[in-house]
Amino acid sequence: MAEEKKMFSATGNQMVADAMRQVDPDVMAAYPITPQTTIVEGYDKFVADGRVTTEYVNVESEHSALSACIGASAAGARVATATSSQGLAFMWEELHIAAGMRCPIVMANANRALSAPINIHGDHSDIMGARDTGWIIMFAETAQEAYDNTIVSFKVAEDPDVLLPVLTTLDGFVTTHAMDCCVMEEDQTVKDYVGEYHAKYPLLDTANPVGHGMFATLGDGYMKYKYTQREAIEGALDVIEKHGKEWAEITGRPFDLVDAWGTEDADYIIVVLGSCAGNARFQARQLRAQGKKVGVVRPRVFRPFPAQQIVDACKNAKAIGVIDRSDSFGSAHAPLALEVRSALFSAGVQIPVNDYIAGLGGADITLAQMEQVFTELEQCAAGEAKKSITYLGIDE
Amino acid sequence: MADFNGENYENWKPSDFPEGYVCPEAGTSVNCHTGGWRSERPVWDKEQCSNCMLCWVYCPDSSIMVKDGEMTGIDYEHCKGCGVCVTECKFGALELISEAQAIAEEGE
Ligand code: SF4
Ligand code: SF4
Repeated sequence: MAEEKKMFSATGNQMVADAMRQVDPDVMAAYPITPQTTIVEGYDKFVADGRVTTEYVNVESEHSALSACIGASAAGARVATATSSQGLAFMWEELHIAAGMRCPIVMANANRALSAPINIHGDHSDIMGARDTGWIIMFAETAQEAYDNTIVSFKVAEDPDVLLPVLTTLDGFVTTHAMDCCVMEEDQTVKDYVGEYHAKYPLLDTANPVGHGMFATLGDGYMKYKYTQREAIEGALDVIEKHGKEWAEITGRPFDLVDAWGTEDADYIIVVLGSCAGNARFQARQLRAQGKKVGVVRPRVFRPFPAQQIVDACKNAKAIGVIDRSDSFGSAHAPLALEVRSALFSAGVQIPVNDYIAGLGGADITLAQMEQVFTELEQCAAGEAKKSITYLGIDE
Repeated sequence: MADFNGENYENWKPSDFPEGYVCPEAGTSVNCHTGGWRSERPVWDKEQCSNCMLCWVYCPDSSIMVKDGEMTGIDYEHCKGCGVCVTECKFGALELISEAQAIAEEGE
């Protein structure tokens, strides 16, 4: 990089709002919900101050927010929105519709717990409810990454080979509200990178009438079409990497589908999503100083799941600990653990995996917990059996 | 790319479907013969008909055929046999009969 970029302090939500401001989508329809509110509130101010040309649609619910976004996207607009928790849950039916209609909407999600009991703090219960809806899902570790992921999201969503909606997520409060050191690219740099968006079948092109939201009940059209959705999201992995690397080239900040720390020689590896990877790496560094070979793996993209990259990063370990920030009640494993186990199994890699759940409803994820996991991984590799899932930090 | 007139839909491959299950042509529903759903059919009596056009207004499938302001018949390729037109006709010019009966009569 030619010159030093100015560093300043900002919250993750501010950075996401600014990323969206720099892209300046045609339409935003959004509804506020903690801890996402400051994204749409911040964006609303950009609209009021005339800093963007976006048509900002105030709606009465998240269900309406995403419905309006789908309509705008079908009309041919570049569309963005943001939500969290109950709001994302309330959007559930539209999540499937947006993906099925191949609407390249970019939506930020402030990852938060779901009721009941009511809790406004960070975990991944909400976003894991969206994992099978056909959306691309990215997890930011920091405010900076939330900014970068959001910009890359537009480029990925609107790529003619993808045309899928993208959830660009950041962890509630820890990333959405905590001040972090950030840098921002020039507005023009962002605009040049994302380019213009030209919808393939815009409803507003009245000279070329098309039908959106068509009926597929007769015969096997529905099933054939769903197959195309699977192909589209599987193919998106390479496109995410391509556009992410292109952004990394511009910014000088790395972009990897999977962030692998210390994995070249690590015997014990923790796999986590999002903000708590920092704690895992901090503890891993302490242990490295004591001569222990430990590593941390963090998928930056969760859908499509970068299975091969996970296997490559983990295949030489003696034991792996997966820490989930949500549970999948009734399943033997929580969402991330399921994916990691499935990736290893499919690749024919047999490594013992310990399942952990931490930080539900914003509970602290501590260095002591990370140390406990690394210790138990050593015991696990030595043949000590552990019960299936451990809720970290609570006396059971 | 497949032909989007809707006629060959059953034979489309997944790659024939446009992104978003969009139908990239207008007016293709005329090629979808919804008449096959029918279990009853309206039968028109031209003698009783006053050409009031109530049936044309109410038909949800645009199946009342009209030319120069006069009713000319019923489009059985698209009429789904809901009977709305029969209920709305004030002149006794429409009667709903079973498809089985209609087919039997046609056979005679
Ligand atoms: S039966 Fe229903 S579909 Fe058929 S012509 Fe009458 S109103 Fe139309
Ligand atoms: S409603 Fe009855 S009278 Fe009127 S046009 Fe239709 S068939 Fe004829």
